[in-house]
Amino acid sequence: MQNGSEPRKHTIAVQVENKFGVLSRVAGLFSARGYNIESLSVGETLDPSVSRMTLVVRGDEFVIEQVTKQLHKLIDVIKVSDLTDDDHVERELMLIRVNAEPQHREEILRTADIFRAKVVDVTPVSFVLEATGDEGKLEALIELLRPMGIQELVRTGKVAIARGPKTRARKAEAPKKARVADDPKVVGFAD
Amino acid sequence: MKMSGARIVLECIKRAGVDVVFGLPGGAVLPIYDVLYDFQGLRHVLVRQEAAAGHAAEGYARATGKVGVCLVTSGPAATNLVTALQDAYMDSIPIVAFTGQVPTHLIGNDAFQEADNVGITRSCTKHNFLVKDGKDLGPTIREAFHIAATGRPGPVHVDLPKDVLVKEAELVWPDRVQMRSYNPNYDGHPGQIKRAAKLLVRARKPVLYVGGGVISSDAHVELRELAELTQIPVTQTLMGLGAFPLEHPLSLDMLGMHGSYYANMAVHDADVLIAVGARFDDRVTGRVDAFAPNAEIIHIDIDPSSISKNIKVDIPIVGDCRRVLRALLEAVREEMHEDTPSLAREARKQWLAQLAEWKRQHPFHYDWDDDVIKPQHVIQEISNLTRGEAMIVTGVGQHQMWAAQYYKFKHPRRWFTSGGLGTMGYGLPTAMGVAAAFPDRLVVNIDGDGSFAMNSQELATCHDNDLAVKTVIINNGGHGMVRQWQGIIYKGRFCAIDLGPSPDFVKLADAYGCVGIRATKPSEVVPALEKAFATPGPVVVDVWVDKWEYVFPMVPAGGANTDMILENPNQSTKEKAARAQTGF
Repeated sequence: MQNGSEPRKHTIAVQVENKFGVLSRVAGLFSARGYNIESLSVGETLDPSVSRMTLVVRGDEFVIEQVTKQLHKLIDVIKVSDLTDDDHVERELMLIRVNAEPQHREEILRTADIFRAKVVDVTPVSFVLEATGDEGKLEALIELLRPMGIQELVRTGKVAIARGPKTRARKAEAPKKARVADDPKVVGFAD
Repeated sequence: MKMSGARIVLECIKRAGVDVVFGLPGGAVLPIYDVLYDFQGLRHVLVRQEAAAGHAAEGYARATGKVGVCLVTSGPAATNLVTALQDAYMDSIPIVAFTGQVPTHLIGNDAFQEADNVGITRSCTKHNFLVKDGKDLGPTIREAFHIAATGRPGPVHVDLPKDVLVKEAELVWPDRVQMRSYNPNYDGHPGQIKRAAKLLVRARKPVLYVGGGVISSDAHVELRELAELTQIPVTQTLMGLGAFPLEHPLSLDMLGMHGSYYANMAVHDADVLIAVGARFDDRVTGRVDAFAPNAEIIHIDIDPSSISKNIKVDIPIVGDCRRVLRALLEAVREEMHEDTPSLAREARKQWLAQLAEWKRQHPFHYDWDDDVIKPQHVIQEISNLTRGEAMIVTGVGQHQMWAAQYYKFKHPRRWFTSGGLGTMGYGLPTAMGVAAAFPDRLVVNIDGDGSFAMNSQELATCHDNDLAVKTVIINNGGHGMVRQWQGIIYKGRFCAIDLGPSPDFVKLADAYGCVGIRATKPSEVVPALEKAFATPGPVVVDVWVDKWEYVFPMVPAGGANTDMILENPNQSTKEKAARAQTGF
């Protein structure tokens, strides 16, 4: 079934039981249905029995609805939230090793400074920079460094979190409001 | 109390309320079989191939409504079981499958008879577990049964390393299961139910389209009440047969690829379609954009991911079919009190008259022949002789479709067929599970010659365990459904379909200690069936039928349901079918 909406990137937060095999269940869900994961990051939460995954998936509304429903169907999945259209912060960490010839060293450092990237390794011929930011910022940094010759780069994949309530008044209304902000689209019981 | 892991496993199976286990021993599960030696309260049925253990567990589960259990060893046994697991997954059948595993210290070592069991079954089970510590056995098995039986039912696999079975541990059996990550929704949303009731009462051409969910939630009583109260006709999917009596005046028989003309026409013309426990499978819908194009669709299903998966739904109601239908009945009664628009009432009468007309014009039919046995005739006679009361199991293919079309089911849990996966060889082992659950009922396995041959070794299991399955082979000397497709869609280029004359099924039955009977002429059909049903123990009836008989109606895959072919097609119909063949 297609509903004709344009495919776009969605950021989906998934809370799962911290058990072996869970990552493979999630990955298997995507491969079995021919959906592509653009990025995936996993880590423990405050509660060590719960892990939090941040998935970036491209798809139209129909695909994303199926993805969230199928994720929810997995027995080890506790909660699924599509953060895309809600107020949230997302960040990614990148390490990038770039050629550092004498004539370019200054410019690389200046660029790093502008992007608030840290130099974490220096040799006579290369720098390793550490940068964090959203996707746009990291893409921009890569473009600026590309002419110097990028030797290797590695990215963590996106992590994302919903923003807190904006005013005290709204906070006072909570807990309901806070829960909604934290949990914009619990998918699964769609009725 | 401390006991070996093996004993814990058997105690847990007993506590789960299961009394029969279908299995086949081997190295990794020997500790369990050692305990089983003098274990009280569990019957073990030794099968001849592991897939049969899985199918038998399915048959047991479908007949009783309880969870079916099978137990096999590691490696090849577990991989043999995969087909049955996927079959149960697609048809939402609750089974718990136990497999042996090499000792924990050898896992990943390419040990003898090792396979990554949980890795292999992950995608064909509702959930699976690898138990690494004896203290987890009880709680894990408790959860396994809970997951299999609740929500949308399905198969759960538990992998048991040998050392966990040998070591002693405490038996823990929690009173209840609580899982923060798994809480199925049983009660439908009241607002949605009210909307559905309003729509139902005002509909002019409504149709109920019901599937296996009605069977698994035991909602047949509520379904009948709703249909009769609102006078809405009912069509059933292959999995749903038995949910509504087929001889009821409101029954439209099966819909879909080989469904009735009137069911497919009714769904096409409907203004409101109420899907209950059905999932809009491609064999039901045909080309989706031409499926119920004018209908507002209400979908009642326990699985949220089924909703709007294939067809856009207007009123989704997530919940247990039985509970939702109960609430819906109440809401409809209220709504009918207020006012039933007289226009709708008048239109309803015309609608039922139209359906009766279609039924009269194009019933299921075939041409009688005095010399050659028509397969449909065999099914009709089975239906007559058993008065629609027998437990009917099938393999997969033409005979399966004829059984679905011509057997007049009256009750739920009397029909056992592989719907989603279409597993050939399903018939005999599943019938064993049914017979083990209900030894006093007549169990008839309507099979094909191709299908039956895939698991005929289980005749030995039937013989040794007093499982009195009556197999009726609709023998057309080949893979009939493939022959039909090659004949209609692939220009008659028949390839790799002919089977026989080997084996001689009567002699085969004899070799296994079963009774074999043959019928080759129409006049021999009834006497052969009568003899088979009157003979104690397992029987095989080999019925030689017309190999050129095709299943009609037939919707060519990828075609719209209204494009169904009703009788042996001429050249231009064949060409049209071939062009429509974009599906599979």
